[in-house]
Amino acid sequence: MSGVETVPMWLSIPIALFVIVGSTLTLIGAWGFLRLSSFYDRLHAPTLATSWGTGGVALASALLASWVQDRPIVHELVICFAVTATVPVTLMLLARASLHRDRMENAAHVPPELLLTRPRPEKPSEVAPSSSEK
Amino acid sequence: MSHTILLWSLTYAQLALALAACLAGIRIVRGPRAQDRVLALDTLYIAVMLLFLVTGMRLGSIFLFEAAMVIAVMGFVASIALAKFLFRGEVIE
Repeated sequence: MSGVETVPMWLSIPIALFVIVGSTLTLIGAWGFLRLSSFYDRLHAPTLATSWGTGGVALASALLASWVQDRPIVHELVICFAVTATVPVTLMLLARASLHRDRMENAAHVPPELLLTRPRPEKPSEVAPSSSEK
Repeated sequence: MSHTILLWSLTYAQLALALAACLAGIRIVRGPRAQDRVLALDTLYIAVMLLFLVTGMRLGSIFLFEAAMVIAVMGFVASIALAKFLFRGEVIE
């Protein structure tokens, strides 16, 4: 079993590249998440971190662990799969919840055609009991 | 030489991911509405999970990898539960 110090040059360059690309994309995603103005814009920024941010770091970790332990290590792909498969579900549900809340309040910053796509009763007071009873 | 490349890239990755976690934390404190805070918590989960992976690469330890996997799965469950709560007002119907 060889340590981290014995990694050859041809392997350390792709590992460093993957790590730098992954962490930089995560940083850009978090920075955009802080900067963008509306929630529906901000929803797109963290996907940088969950697509190639996670992919780059997980690939680099798999490459390094495969060299250090002298056998192919693919455990990192489980993390990669878990993140890339579950985060779209989370974001979709969050966007729908946010749109639901904005419709409840007739928010001014949402386009009017989005507020009217679903037939809703005239009085908002009728919506709240029926949705809370389910 | 190759060890130096690895060391510097891992140090840079640790700093960048820590900064990303701090930015997500700022959004948790500042976020105007609840869905912003939930999304910021999800971003914070991802950043800290990647930080665990990079630290595990640096230390050569397998335990941090398992912690990262638990964080990935638990973060998904927590975010789904919070989004359902925002949607319905309750988690389990």
